[in-house]
Amino acid sequence: MRNLKRSGTWGWAATLAVAAAVALYACGKGEEGGRRGATVTGGAASAAVRTYVPPGDLDTHYLFYSGGHSGNVYVAGLPSMRHLATIPVFAVYPATGYGFDDESKKMLGGFTWGDVHHPSLSKTDGAYDGRWLFVNDNANARIARIDLRDFKTKQIFGPIPNLSGNHGSSFVTSNSEMILCASRFGVPVPSGSYAAIGEYAVKYKGVVGALGIDPKTGELSMGFEILTPPFDWDLGSTGRGPSADWAVWTCYNSERATGQLEKTASEHDRDYAILVNWREARKAAEAGKGGAVGGVAMLDPKKVPGLCYLLPVAKSPHGVDFSPDGTFFVTSGKLEAITTVYSFSRAMAAIQNKDFTGDEDGIPVLKYESVMEREVQIGLGPLHTQYDDKGNAYTSLFIDSAVAKWNPKTGEVLDTVPVSYNIGHLLVPGGDSTKPTGEYLIALNKLSHGRHLNVGPSQPESTQLIDISGEKMKLLYDAFTEPEPHYAQACLATLLHPIEVYPIAENRDPNAIFDVKDARVERSGNKVDVKMAAVRSTLWPTAIEVNRGDTVTIHLTNIEQTTDELHGLGINRYNINLVVDPGETKHVTFVADKPGVYPYYCTNFCSALHQEMQGYLLVKE
Amino acid sequence: MGKRLEAYQTLLARPLSISARILLAVAVLMIPLVYRFPLWTMAFQSNQYPDPLRLAIRIDSLEGQKTADRDDLREINSLNHYIGMRPLLDSDFSEFLWMPFAMGFFGLLFLRAVVIGSLKDLTDVSVLFAYFAIFSAWNFYHRLYLYGHNLDPEAPIKVDPFTPPMYGRVKIANFHVESYPGGAAIVVGIVGALLLSALVLSHVEARRLRAGGSG
Repeated sequence: MRNLKRSGTWGWAATLAVAAAVALYACGKGEEGGRRGATVTGGAASAAVRTYVPPGDLDTHYLFYSGGHSGNVYVAGLPSMRHLATIPVFAVYPATGYGFDDESKKMLGGFTWGDVHHPSLSKTDGAYDGRWLFVNDNANARIARIDLRDFKTKQIFGPIPNLSGNHGSSFVTSNSEMILCASRFGVPVPSGSYAAIGEYAVKYKGVVGALGIDPKTGELSMGFEILTPPFDWDLGSTGRGPSADWAVWTCYNSERATGQLEKTASEHDRDYAILVNWREARKAAEAGKGGAVGGVAMLDPKKVPGLCYLLPVAKSPHGVDFSPDGTFFVTSGKLEAITTVYSFSRAMAAIQNKDFTGDEDGIPVLKYESVMEREVQIGLGPLHTQYDDKGNAYTSLFIDSAVAKWNPKTGEVLDTVPVSYNIGHLLVPGGDSTKPTGEYLIALNKLSHGRHLNVGPSQPESTQLIDISGEKMKLLYDAFTEPEPHYAQACLATLLHPIEVYPIAENRDPNAIFDVKDARVERSGNKVDVKMAAVRSTLWPTAIEVNRGDTVTIHLTNIEQTTDELHGLGINRYNINLVVDPGETKHVTFVADKPGVYPYYCTNFCSALHQEMQGYLLVKE
Repeated sequence: MGKRLEAYQTLLARPLSISARILLAVAVLMIPLVYRFPLWTMAFQSNQYPDPLRLAIRIDSLEGQKTADRDDLREINSLNHYIGMRPLLDSDFSEFLWMPFAMGFFGLLFLRAVVIGSLKDLTDVSVLFAYFAIFSAWNFYHRLYLYGHNLDPEAPIKVDPFTPPMYGRVKIANFHVESYPGGAAIVVGIVGALLLSALVLSHVEARRLRAGGSG
């Protein structure tokens, strides 16, 4: 196993040499003036020292950022921001053979894309435990689980019945009991039922809910859903400590409007957040208090009161974020430049005292003044908030293109740093857990506007690393990422202990073989099973003879036990490409419907004789 | 001449001295260590394997280093197939069956000499043990020779036959191969030294006694 290496003397010497070089470069350019000279200043030298990871040294943090509509999760290292790996989740990804083998194909369920928004690391006692990473699919209402033992997608749950646009997801509760899901687009329920758009306000419904997580395996299962008015549920957050049993979502379009929402959904002065006691809701669902809608225990607040409450928030809110200690949460209004701090204990008191101003379809509305702790004007377009280990809050300002650091106890804005440009989410490693850190902040920006070499009209997104260890924030590094980093998660590298090979002793696949002597083709009627072994530098067997129309299953095992010795199996013109890691077995089933001779070969470079690693699929007419 | 032989016979028939018996007893106690440590160790280092592949030859098996991300014996065999070398398999080494037995047998013989031994018994067991040790070393060298010379003529990479090093560091293709005796071989050496010391000690003592007796 490789361990985290600390920079030795040479590492430091190299770092200082780079710093010196950058400083000299800065001086030279500064005199010349020009565009670069304006950005490379003396400060860049110290930023270089903070972010430079010498060759062979390792980063200190893992960064997992959502790949948006690419359907992937991207893994980078901090502080270097180097892209390390792509974890395909909701989309076919030939580089790892994802979506080509029977199992991943089945997981994708016929969809070829998804829209990854909010990765969420599993938690124990409100802190990351390094077991799983969950991500939501906004497009098709799904949630996936990635196992951090091998960085592979293990389960895709969904489409979740009744949900449409699972955006307010996939936030996990503080002991990974449940994971949030919510409808961003009001639709008639159950899914598939029809109602005219003119009946939106009454026939269309919003849904908030949660899936259960098996504490041992991480397996996702349906939990509960709550029927709400057709508000567009936007972002969510889970409580911790005193608020551990509660979840909160914001919404826009509390107007229940249709058509051009940017106007029609902006009429009310306030929209809502919804507070949900997920523990009680789960109990109610398990006790059979929900009506079966689309096969799910759907809890109707009119019939099962006491599970959820609405709370007025500043117009068209977006982010909502619980504090590390769970005593308050913050929402921000996109249209009203106000960030609001709500006290959790006062929300509980208001519920206790029935301090309501009315209801929406049976859900009581809490009195704003009773729960609101503080309104803060931080800047324009406040969106999301993260926290550090010193009690500071950091809020992204979309319109200002900046990050503001402020004190949630006093409302004092302490510092603002510009970002490039139009920040959406932001992230402090641990900033949504009970154990936030105070070293780095990552700004996940929407626009990059030429801060990189011109690559044509399809521009990359920009991600920026900011130092938050001092009183003043400092921009350290620009990175450019695949679309689209919505939210991210980051943790110390020491938290994860991924494997590098699948131990053969753990491979229980009945069709796996571990010795090339066992490679064979078995036929039963028109069904053909190929037990295939990949090892440097042969795919055994080296020829497969079948008849046209046979259903062929290739069971491919990589019998290597050495790190990095991956093999692939690409079959010409049959649109098949498996990639197997050392010790791994994958299966692909296809109908040999094209007669002829089709070479197959190892697609993933493996060895000196990789090129020779080939064979023939012979399909007899 | 006849007298000398007779005197030598008498000498050989003498019971072993206490000090020789103690040395032999120590040798007996050291035998289990031969099972505990490898007889020989080999390490294969290259650019791709900065942490060398490690192979230990034990009295009863081949043991590759195993880590979470690597199985070195498997890897050595994977690499060797390119030059057509036979895979290293425990089942190909009959030594792994008779060597553990032989060591135990020697332990018993030593013990016998400690309890009821004469100088003759000590001489027998010493000669046998020397033969065993030298034969084993030669056999090991021969094994290395055979593995390096019986290469599959159809192998993907043709290399000239070679003998992997038995002692020291040698460069073979892109690998630096290091081969050194392991703990068990050192124990065998120490046992040999103990036997030799016991022999010398017994002879010296016998001569001293004889000198005393005739004077």
